[in-house]
Amino acid sequence: MDTLSQSFVTALALVASFDRELSAIVLLSLKVSLTAVLIATAVGLPLGAAIAVGRFRGQQTLTVILNGLMGLPPVVVGLLVYLLLSRSGPLGEADLLFTPTAMIVAQAILITPIIASLGRQVVEDAWREHKEQLRSLGASDWRAALTLLWDTRFSLFTAVLAGLGRAAAEVGAVMIVGGNIDGVTRVMTTTIALETSKGDLPLALALGLILIALVLLLNAAAYMTRQWAARHYG
Amino acid sequence: MGRPTLRLGTQASGLFPLELRELSFESHGTPIIDRVSLAIDGERRTVILGANGAGKSVLMRLMHGLLEPSGGRITWGGRPQRPRAQAMVFQRPVMLRTSALKNVAYGLKLAGVGRDERLSRAGAALARVGLQHLAARPARVLSGGEQQRLALARAWALEPKVLFLDEPTANLDPTATREVEDVIADIALGGAKIIMTTHNLGQARRLADEIVFLHRGRVVEHTPAEEFFRQPRSAEAAAFMKGELPWF
Amino acid sequence: MVLERRSLLALALGVTMLTAAGVRAQDRFIVVASTTSTEQSGLFKHLLPRFEKKTGVQVRVVALGTGQALDMARRGDADVVFVHDPAAEEKFVAEGYGVKRFPVMYNDFVLVGPKSDPAKVAGAKEALEALRRIEAARAPFVSRGDRSGTHAAELRLWQAAGVDLNKAKGQWYRDTGSGMGPSLNTAASMGAYILSDRGTWLSFKNRGELAILFQGDARLFNQYGVILVNPVRHPHVKKEWGQQFVDWLVSPEGQQAIADYKIGGEQLFFPNARG
Repeated sequence: MDTLSQSFVTALALVASFDRELSAIVLLSLKVSLTAVLIATAVGLPLGAAIAVGRFRGQQTLTVILNGLMGLPPVVVGLLVYLLLSRSGPLGEADLLFTPTAMIVAQAILITPIIASLGRQVVEDAWREHKEQLRSLGASDWRAALTLLWDTRFSLFTAVLAGLGRAAAEVGAVMIVGGNIDGVTRVMTTTIALETSKGDLPLALALGLILIALVLLLNAAAYMTRQWAARHYG
Repeated sequence: MGRPTLRLGTQASGLFPLELRELSFESHGTPIIDRVSLAIDGERRTVILGANGAGKSVLMRLMHGLLEPSGGRITWGGRPQRPRAQAMVFQRPVMLRTSALKNVAYGLKLAGVGRDERLSRAGAALARVGLQHLAARPARVLSGGEQQRLALARAWALEPKVLFLDEPTANLDPTATREVEDVIADIALGGAKIIMTTHNLGQARRLADEIVFLHRGRVVEHTPAEEFFRQPRSAEAAAFMKGELPWF
Repeated sequence: MVLERRSLLALALGVTMLTAAGVRAQDRFIVVASTTSTEQSGLFKHLLPRFEKKTGVQVRVVALGTGQALDMARRGDADVVFVHDPAAEEKFVAEGYGVKRFPVMYNDFVLVGPKSDPAKVAGAKEALEALRRIEAARAPFVSRGDRSGTHAAELRLWQAAGVDLNKAKGQWYRDTGSGMGPSLNTAASMGAYILSDRGTWLSFKNRGELAILFQGDARLFNQYGVILVNPVRHPHVKKEWGQQFVDWLVSPEGQQAIADYKIGGEQLFFPNARG
């Protein structure tokens, strides 16, 4: 059997057997990435909306910076967070290095610009449509920003999903700040990297297939929510 | 026309006259509104007439406060403060992704009305525009005419003393246009001052008590509607009535 | 809008549950900076449960190259280092970062290459001659290039063989700058020669056409040592539990556990704590 078909068989066998170690790794991956997405959303969406709606100096500069940061290399973020959290770094006392928390921090930093940037685009488009009406009704800028965040929630969901996809797929940052410690900070992507290192390509690819399937599932759910919303809210 | 002019008088006499003095507005160096001086009283329904590009919409936004003038000033009853009790309905209604009722209630929420009161006032406003049966429907899936009436309900619920309307029927078919005009007439009967723009002469005849005719950013004529439609004073308005004025 | 609030709530609840379920609750733990060879060969999976069962101290292994592992410990991010570059380890202790170095075990390096053996290294009498034959044949050779223990050993061998690598770089000598496993993957796909530690090689699955071509020279000896990070330098070091781990590794029990670890009947590491 060649490596590809072997991988599919391995993936199916792994899923079917409810392998305990694998479930723990999948759960940790979800926990880390979902928490990071939650934080990045809480920071990114208001930030994006503020830039879209607000009137202040440096707005364009901020937009350009955010767009640029969408392409942050995970390894660089990992290194940065590592040096911050290292015992010799400024936040060493917190003793967070090689913990899931450190991984969440790194991923949140990585995807906040993505969610903020895509969110800004969505809110800006809505603002163009609603600006006069909302101002006419007497909405302050911050009130308008909140209203539009809520009004575009289904489109914003796509921005959040883009962040989740990036978080779930990245390996560079979590490898460095998590250390890929067995049973503590080992997630899907670092396991895939490890199995690749060990030359067990079928297992590595099988894990990759499971990861892809998970991300697809999440996206399918989101897509259906959007379709439903489009029918109900216009 | 033989229709009697309505002179019900508004409760907002303190806000009037609305006076524009030497009002100008420029966009990227091009004058859109050119030293307009105008006094509008609080009683008659004012229709601003003019060709596309004459500056009607910009003039309306300056009066409503959505745009800041480049020169000149606006006063309400002699005071520079713009009154809170005013609303505007736009050419294209813009609705939030929620029910018709909640769209009306949203305006009241911004105006600081408490939750229970705003729901009952929103419901009443919907009834007045004949949309009560669609209260729970998502606003954005309503037809164009229904959405425009919804926009009128949203404005009406605010109990404005002045209602600005910018080409409110430009995108509507004749039936929807008449329905919207009926609502506008009702709002005027309720005592609100109406200031609207249109390039539709028939609509101006039906709704106007007085006409402000705008040409290339300048007011060339400000006359009672009856007089205007009998014989405009200015050559530009006469040409517009004959449909000879180029649209630009 | 009720529905969206409900789904938001569900999401928040889900995340909370995941947070609660995700990690083994464990306060008693140490961080050990070690090498890819010990981690990827499966040795730790064999050793650690025994130690954890005996002491209740969880060992969290971060697997890096020896150079990186020592740097990590220098920054105070590990309690114990378990690596295989005696010269670098002695320097680490001399600088005051480590308390004392204990030899734990050894295995050896093997010279791996394509079965066709274009450079004929299988016929060499000693390791240095094997390397000179690779140079003479200009046969592709993959180097770790990552300051790991294996990389350091490889560089010492080339130097002893009198081969000037500066001329060879980018030609037949390929520097991958990655761990043992990825380097072996590269060598397997290129049909190149490579120096590997025996443990990683034995547990490596993607061998392709590669095989051990030369082994057994005393120069290929690979010694592992363990060091407790100096609590004087880094006061937060968990010295009690770290020392327990060091002590256990060199104890008869730990040494026996190391000797017991086999892949396919073959012993990977040979305990030599007593010299």
